[in-house]
Amino acid sequence: MSKILEIENLTVSFDGFKALNNLNFSMDSGELRVIIGPNGAGKTTFLDVITGKVQPTTGRVLFNGKNLKNIPEYKIARLGIGRKFQTPRVYLNLTVRENLDLVCNQNKNVFSTLFGRANTTEQRTVAGLLETIGLDAKANLLANLLSHGEKQRLEIGMLVAQSPDLLLVDEPAAGLTDEETENVGALLLSLAESHSIIAIEHDMEFVRQIANDQVTVLHQGSLLCEGTMSEVQQDPRVIEVYLGEAPE
Amino acid sequence: MINETGVQIKRRKQRNRIIELAIIFASIIVLAIILPSVIPAFRLRLVGRFLSLAIVALGLDLIWGYTGLLSLGHGVFFALGGYALAMHLNLQLPEGEIPSFFTLYGVKELPWVWQPFYSFPVTVLAIFIIPGIMAGLLGYLVFRNRIKGVYFSILTQAALLVFYNFFNGQQEIINGTNGLKTDTEQIFGLLVSSPSVQRTFYILTVVLLILIYLLCRWLTSGRFGRLLKAIRDDETRVRFSGYDPTGYKVFVFAISGAIAGVAGALYTVQTGIINPSIMQVAFSIEMVIWVAVGGRGTLIGAIIGTLLVRLAQTFLSESFPEIWLFFQGALFLIVVTVLPDGIVGWWRDYAWLKLRSLFGRKPSLATYPSLAEDPEVDQERDRLSSK
Repeated sequence: MSKILEIENLTVSFDGFKALNNLNFSMDSGELRVIIGPNGAGKTTFLDVITGKVQPTTGRVLFNGKNLKNIPEYKIARLGIGRKFQTPRVYLNLTVRENLDLVCNQNKNVFSTLFGRANTTEQRTVAGLLETIGLDAKANLLANLLSHGEKQRLEIGMLVAQSPDLLLVDEPAAGLTDEETENVGALLLSLAESHSIIAIEHDMEFVRQIANDQVTVLHQGSLLCEGTMSEVQQDPRVIEVYLGEAPE
Repeated sequence: MINETGVQIKRRKQRNRIIELAIIFASIIVLAIILPSVIPAFRLRLVGRFLSLAIVALGLDLIWGYTGLLSLGHGVFFALGGYALAMHLNLQLPEGEIPSFFTLYGVKELPWVWQPFYSFPVTVLAIFIIPGIMAGLLGYLVFRNRIKGVYFSILTQAALLVFYNFFNGQQEIINGTNGLKTDTEQIFGLLVSSPSVQRTFYILTVVLLILIYLLCRWLTSGRFGRLLKAIRDDETRVRFSGYDPTGYKVFVFAISGAIAGVAGALYTVQTGIINPSIMQVAFSIEMVIWVAVGGRGTLIGAIIGTLLVRLAQTFLSESFPEIWLFFQGALFLIVVTVLPDGIVGWWRDYAWLKLRSLFGRKPSLATYPSLAEDPEVDQERDRLSSK
């Protein structure tokens, strides 16, 4: 199977502080990878590097074999990497449908946006997405009026509208009720059938729901261990990192 | 924000469009036909100047209200347009002569920057293209480096000061502090200050105001307009959606600059003179006040705000010249503290709803829909009734 993402000897330092330290990571296309790790492990920086928000100090990031160094964020997004932020970031003053339509737009330069109109394929994509995320009844409501969980689903829908190959999802379950968490989990699982996904998560219950493949544990900017959920849970190093040193 | 089905929305939009067209049509009749015949010529000239200022307010609203970029330097673009037209008017001379002020500074040859302004078509283009390019250039340098928010505002104000000092200092080129007079010059063989020419400029101002309003309407509706709002509300998200915000911001800023140039030209010929004082910091800030008073992000608000503030200024400073500045300060404080969305915002979010309920109409829900108006229930109801 081909590798969708390869990261080699990646170090990111901010004024000498190494947020990521000589990290090696790779994942196959089609995989749903969950990344866990205690606070400050470098999870968000990890996503920042992939999406071009932060440049690597040393090392490189390959997406489908292409080095992402010095490519601006919007071009990386067009290459096929979509990112969902920790707090839902949707356009509050636009309706749900308009939110999706903006992202769906095939040609994203100034003049085609100005003169172009949504074609039927795009309209159909939007309609399909509204159904997938379960917001078709609220399509004409301002996103401002949605509940937190609905906003999370809308943002995931916007990601999918970009038709990316790789979805990066940062703590999708943060601040959700149990029921909403399960909805989002189911949504991610159904998306995993056609996309590669990296999900960063704290909520172990949620990780257990979605982690069918490999789980990666980050600690202090490096890779601590990798394996299935049950392997990882049994790993003494992981227990130590999460719970402190085991008593002798 | 009641829940509506697609058909209802379409119907409402259609109705609003008809109302809007009717209002535009009515204001053309009032401004262009009725007003010139009822008020004296010097008052009309005043109204013409206010309407030119409303044009620059439209441009400012485009970038501040919709795109979230507060420019404190629109005086530059305004002045560039004004100077372009004034230079053309100052060149309506017999063969071989140059404008008389040049002799004061011992200039014998017409400076090269003046040469293109012999031609009327070039001047017309220069009125909006030069400020547009200047704005685009400034915008490109600023936005490419991701400077935004208050830093952007400060930079535009700094640019304004640079231009102000430059124009003040360049006596040999554009007559420095004295500026250029237009009233005593000629256009197509007629004196600029003559009533018929002034009347023509007034009508032209009304027409251009409407056209530029429609241009801004077109820009702010549709995908492009929604993207501007998206940039205003969350630029990072826009970038991660695959859009490059820089191009959009440069484009909108250039358009806004070009609009300011047109406004400046119209304002100059209806004032009679242009000089660098038009680039004083206070004037550019006043433009911002007009937009804030009328309501950011509502184009009609920019026009209403300008006219209201300027009319109030005229009447108050005629009767009580000493209190106008206090009044202006108070007005700004009131808007900032009590009416953050300006007059139009207050009308839309409060007064209109109050009025409706006085006439027994059901208030539109602005909250999360209650169970009675649950969209799922609505949808089901629609589906059942269509069967």
